[in-house]
Amino acid sequence: MSSTALGLRAPRRLTSRRSGRIAVRVVLYLVVLGIFVVPLWSMVSTAVSGGAPQLGQVFLWPHGLSGFNFSTAWRFGMGRGLLNSVVVELIGLTLQITVSAFAAYALARKRFRGASLVLLAILATMMMPEEIIAIPLYLVLGKISLLDNFGGLALPLVGWALPIYVLTGFMKRIPVELEEAARVDGAGDLRIFFRVILPLSLPALGTCAVFGFLMIWDQYLLPLLVAQSPKMNTLTLIVTSLQASQEQGEGVRLAAAVVLMVPSVLVYLGLQRLFERGLLSGSLKG
Amino acid sequence: MSLGTSSAPVASLPRRDRSGAPDPSRRRQAIGRAVRSRLSPWLFLTPALAFFAVFKFWPVIWGVYLSFFHVRPYLGNEFLGFDNFTRAFQDTDLRAAVWHTVLDAAVSVAGSMLVGFALALLLESPARHVRILRTAVFLPAVTAMVAIAELWGALLFPGRYGAVNSLLGTVGLGPEPFLASPDSALWSVMLVQIWKTAPYDMVIFIAGLVGIDRQLYESASIDGAGAWQRLRHVTLPSLRPITTIVLTLGVIRGLRVFTEINVLTGGGPGGATETIVTTTYKAATVSNDAGYASAVSTLLLIATILLTSLTLWWRNRQEAK
Repeated sequence: MSSTALGLRAPRRLTSRRSGRIAVRVVLYLVVLGIFVVPLWSMVSTAVSGGAPQLGQVFLWPHGLSGFNFSTAWRFGMGRGLLNSVVVELIGLTLQITVSAFAAYALARKRFRGASLVLLAILATMMMPEEIIAIPLYLVLGKISLLDNFGGLALPLVGWALPIYVLTGFMKRIPVELEEAARVDGAGDLRIFFRVILPLSLPALGTCAVFGFLMIWDQYLLPLLVAQSPKMNTLTLIVTSLQASQEQGEGVRLAAAVVLMVPSVLVYLGLQRLFERGLLSGSLKG
Repeated sequence: MSLGTSSAPVASLPRRDRSGAPDPSRRRQAIGRAVRSRLSPWLFLTPALAFFAVFKFWPVIWGVYLSFFHVRPYLGNEFLGFDNFTRAFQDTDLRAAVWHTVLDAAVSVAGSMLVGFALALLLESPARHVRILRTAVFLPAVTAMVAIAELWGALLFPGRYGAVNSLLGTVGLGPEPFLASPDSALWSVMLVQIWKTAPYDMVIFIAGLVGIDRQLYESASIDGAGAWQRLRHVTLPSLRPITTIVLTLGVIRGLRVFTEINVLTGGGPGGATETIVTTTYKAATVSNDAGYASAVSTLLLIATILLTSLTLWWRNRQEAK
């Protein structure tokens, strides 16, 4: 196989010290694991441990498996935060995918005056990152009574350029013949959209769902501004509100951080293929 | 096609039209169809455009408008002209925040690209064990920044017993104050950012590496090029377009930095990690000066748009060459 790493390594028949190279590689792998995976692992170990290490310390291996840290975090509102985050995720993601799919259909399959203007408008929103327009957005939300409720937490996340781009790119590649056949059978735009285009776009919809999930799940500044009473706190706010203390050490806040991390990791591991494809198509097309 | 059956399903008219007098009704029908097919794309676009209008464009316009006012709840806004902007340009705290933001963006983007590239070289292989390793290394990239900031906030504990410090202690280094000292706080934040972003850059670089024609390596080897020369003359030039993308995304991400700063240091110690967005956040919430916050947001928005357009234009020109 010539398809080893990069071709940086000389073809196999020329190497006389292969085992030495393998040893170097294994050491490098271990270093990489130590840097990128062990910290996350230690976070999980500490969270599920019974006793708490001193401030600033973590366990590399669980000390007495226990749910104590989680139940303490639960007492400080983690359950409410988790529930709120899930509700925001459901509202936000459903609307985001629906709205993006509709828009992508028009952009990918229709020729109409003003299409380039619409594309320009969507491109413009990419240059208005959430954090940068957060303060004016907060002021606008105040005017339309979207502070301290689920509407304010979820609705600003619905319009997002990325899924529109990914879906438009995907829908453009669906053969015209399929659509025309349906049209000859008397189907209108709506029926073609639901019966022909959407079913064929499932992979791209999956990709958008993964990205949308992470984007909504990770929100911090928006809830920080919108959630004004404790009952509207999302999980990210709960995690940051928990403090390390002399008695409990880092265990409790790391437990909450683990609860925040697990859904993203599960979504990523479960839909890894969709995720990586989206990462590439999204970034390569800008 | 001659009958009204190809109409949009929303209309109930066609059935009646079909039985009407042939000539005028067919014309009406044709007009109806033309109007519907004109309108249809806009109906599909309306929901998305409405959300963009309310939650993106309105805030931007409103933010620009408020920039010219002293915003006073209950008392009515007071027009200030360009005062908020002149104040922004003279504000030494803001100047420090701009410098922190730019430095942070530059170092963390460059750092993640370098580390991401090294990871890509090491982990680009179809072998199963390498794929598993790659998946594991990617976990920081999918984990929420808030969780990561909490984790590193604990690991970078300044005392001698902090996790990272005790590790440094075993090789005779430290203890470092990390986030607790104004001299090292920003650099510690950068380390955390690089740790989270490098795996993401790795995946993009791997996609670029996979796309390189293997024959280029082989012919370079035949010409007597060593590993370093192959890297220098084959790999790096082939990755140029992808590098531009990583760079563009990184700079935009860098300018909007907020979450990790607010969780790790809250802008401290002594304002050493204050960035542009934390400044606007505090101006709007702590000092209740929405007008000034809007002015700074507007300036940052202009900078972002200029920078993005510039890189897009530059990329298009590179591609045209």
